[in-house]
Parts: sequence; structure tokens; C-alpha cells
Amino acid sequence: MVDVAKSRSILPLTLTGATAKVRQKLLVGPLNLTIGQQGFSVVMGPNGAGKTSLLRLMHGLQRLSAGSIDWAVDGISARRKQAYVFQAPIMMRRRVLDSIAFPLILHGVDKKTAWDTAEKWAQRVGLGHVLQSWAPMLSGGEKQKLALARALIYQPEILFLDEPCTNLDGRSTREIEDILKASQQAGTRIVMATHDMGQARRLATDVVFIYDGKVNEKNDAVAFFNAPQTLEAQAFINGDIVE
Amino acid sequence: MHGIMSGIGDALWLIFTFDANLLEIVFLSLKVTLIAVLIAALIGLPLGAWLVVNRFRFRRFVISVLNALMGLPPVVVGLFVYLMLSRSGPFGVFGLLFTPTAMIIAQVLIITPLIASIAHQSIRDLWAEYHDLLISLNATRGQKIKTLLWDGRRALLTAGLAGFGRAIGEVGAVMIVGGNIEHSTRVLTTSIALETGKGNFAFAM
Repeated sequence: MVDVAKSRSILPLTLTGATAKVRQKLLVGPLNLTIGQQGFSVVMGPNGAGKTSLLRLMHGLQRLSAGSIDWAVDGISARRKQAYVFQAPIMMRRRVLDSIAFPLILHGVDKKTAWDTAEKWAQRVGLGHVLQSWAPMLSGGEKQKLALARALIYQPEILFLDEPCTNLDGRSTREIEDILKASQQAGTRIVMATHDMGQARRLATDVVFIYDGKVNEKNDAVAFFNAPQTLEAQAFINGDIVE
Repeated sequence: MHGIMSGIGDALWLIFTFDANLLEIVFLSLKVTLIAVLIAALIGLPLGAWLVVNRFRFRRFVISVLNALMGLPPVVVGLFVYLMLSRSGPFGVFGLLFTPTAMIIAQVLIITPLIASIAHQSIRDLWAEYHDLLISLNATRGQKIKTLLWDGRRALLTAGLAGFGRAIGEVGAVMIVGGNIEHSTRVLTTSIALETGKGNFAFAM
């Protein structure tokens, strides 16, 4: 198990003019943004504004076309302490327990330890009763919890989440939010994209508002929701349709 | 008509009395084919997965070559292996021609492209699904291939079975490089071809 507290922090993360293009088409950027060591950042913005691209860019799934992304340590060490939960959870064709243990086994933890740890995490996210089920057969909420457990199991220093609660009902959403809050309190830095204004208000310590591929506003959650600075953010908060 | 009926009767007799010659041929067939499938799978499955995971300049070309090799006529492979293994060929010193080993070599050449190509197709779909996750978890290339092979094992079994079917039903190449020598390199297909030619329908069946 990686002991995050003892080793050097990979944060802050700094994006300088970071831009992502696919075949000359601008996805997102140029972005200037700093993700500090503490907190729960919520990335908000209309569809297609670049929330997912921003997260993928920070995690290194999206190729950088211009600008730079710098962690406090070198890229390879930083990579090991990040985790990402995808919008549509990726279910491996394995049993639940094996799926959750997969990242640990990949990083050389012996099977017994990995399975024990995986079982603990499964209990923690409420999957204790389906340990031996086939992962692709789980319900939507259970899949999302599995993805979360798989992301948290190797205790990442920063966790990226791309709309983890879309298509979930109230109860599953609350359960996932509780897990996220608990891991934030345990010291995990969280960056989450969401559409859900209520969820953002419940969880965010600061908000990054993305509009048209750029950071439109970055502010404390309280300040952002009470007094948004930009016109687009004001319209978004007021529930107007922002295009 | 009478000839066929009595042929079937005699054939059943041979099977139910476990005729020694017949059993020998059946076991040799299975042995040669199973070893060939095993070797071809050990080469073909990782090759298929490797072609999915790796992006390189001639990838498409290699895949086309693989697909083209699938349609390679067995007699051509037989001829090629014969030339390689014959006394005057580059591997003649090993004295492998007209041995079961030669037959295994020929069959491996025939079914490896088939297995690799089927594996490649089924793993490609799995890779599209797993891609982001495996990148996100920092899997090395070897780990990616291992994961894809393991999670795609059911589809890969199909590839193996297709290879088995092709290898056990194959006549041309094993006839050329094996020589259909009784008690040595005679297998099911070659003996069927021979006995039918001799008019000995009972044994052929």
C-alpha cells in the first residue's frame, strides 16, 4: 500500500495555457488553473463546455497540444497517485472482488492482501453482499460504487470524478456523496465534474466554472453560489439556459 | 449401395473393437493437432493482443498480411516446409522431414495466422472498452496484454477451437511433409485419403 502522507505531495497541480485539440478542432483551452493541496473542487458548466476534456487533460488521458501541466513532482510519480472515475463506469469482465482488487494486483500487491483490502472497500461502499457477482451484471448504482472503490483502493492523493452520479437515483447519489465526503476528510483531494447544482452546493469547497473551453470563473464555493462574478456564471446559477 | 452398407458395418466393427491401427492413427492425429494448436496459441494470442495495444506505423499492413495468411493454401505451406526441412534445405541437418515434428511445424504455420487474426478481432472490442481504465491505472504494455487475454478468454477459446478444427481437418500439408508413413506419420485425414483411393471404404470411414 502506498503511504501518501509520508511521501512527498504531488500537489499543487498547475495548468499553464493548457490546450487540447483533436485534428485542429479545439476541445478545451487555453486553460490557466491551479489545483491546491486541500479541498473539493467542482467543475461546472454547460454540456460540451469542456469539463470532461479538462479532467482528462489533468489526468493525462488527453494529449496536450499546447501549454503545460505541472505537478509538484515528476510526471511518472504523479501518475501513480491519481485515480479517475469515468462517467460511464468501465466494468471489467470479472467478479466484483477481483475488479476492486485489480489496481492493487497491477501494482504488485500480493493477491491475498489485495483481496482482503478489496473486501474492506467493497463493504465500505456497500457492495459487501455482491462480492462474487459478475461485475458487468451489476445495477447502474452498484457499478458506479464499484468504480469508486476501485479508484480509492490504492489511496490516491487526488481523485478525478466525471459526473459520477448521472442516471442515479437519490439514494445511490447520497451514498456516493457520503463516500466522497469521507475520503475528502481522510485527505484525498477531489476534483469532480457535475451538472447537478444541488450536488455542487452540497460538496464543493471551490468551483471551477468552465464556459466555451475556458475557465470562466474560479472561486470559493460560497462566494461562487452567492455572488458569481461573470455574466455566464450568474446566468448558470440563476437557472437560465447558458449556451 | 451394398458396398457402402457393408463398408459402414465394417467401419463400426473397427471402432467398437478398438482396432489397434485405427487407435494409433487417431492418437497421432490428436497429438499432432493439439501440440500444434498449443504452440500456435502461444504465439498467436499474444501477437493478436500486441497488435491491438501497440500503435506503430505498419500496424494496418501487418494486420492485412495476417488476414491474407489466413487464406494460405495448406499445400503451399506443405511445400514450403518440405523445402525447408528436406536434406538440401536450410534445416535439413535436423532430419525432421517425414516425422510428426514436421507435421506440427506445418500445422503451426497454417493456424497461427488464423488464431492471431481471430484473437485480434475479439480483443480489439475489449480494448476499446478497457482503454481508458488501463491507461488511468498505469498498466504497462505487458499488463495490458495479460489483462486483455485473461478477460477475453472466452472469445479466445473460440480462436483456439477454430485453429483446432482447421488443423485436424487438414490433409495437404501433413501429406507432403509427413509422407503418410504407416505407424509413423499416418493421421486421420491422410489415411482417409489413402484408403479411399485404394477402394478400402471400411477403413476410410
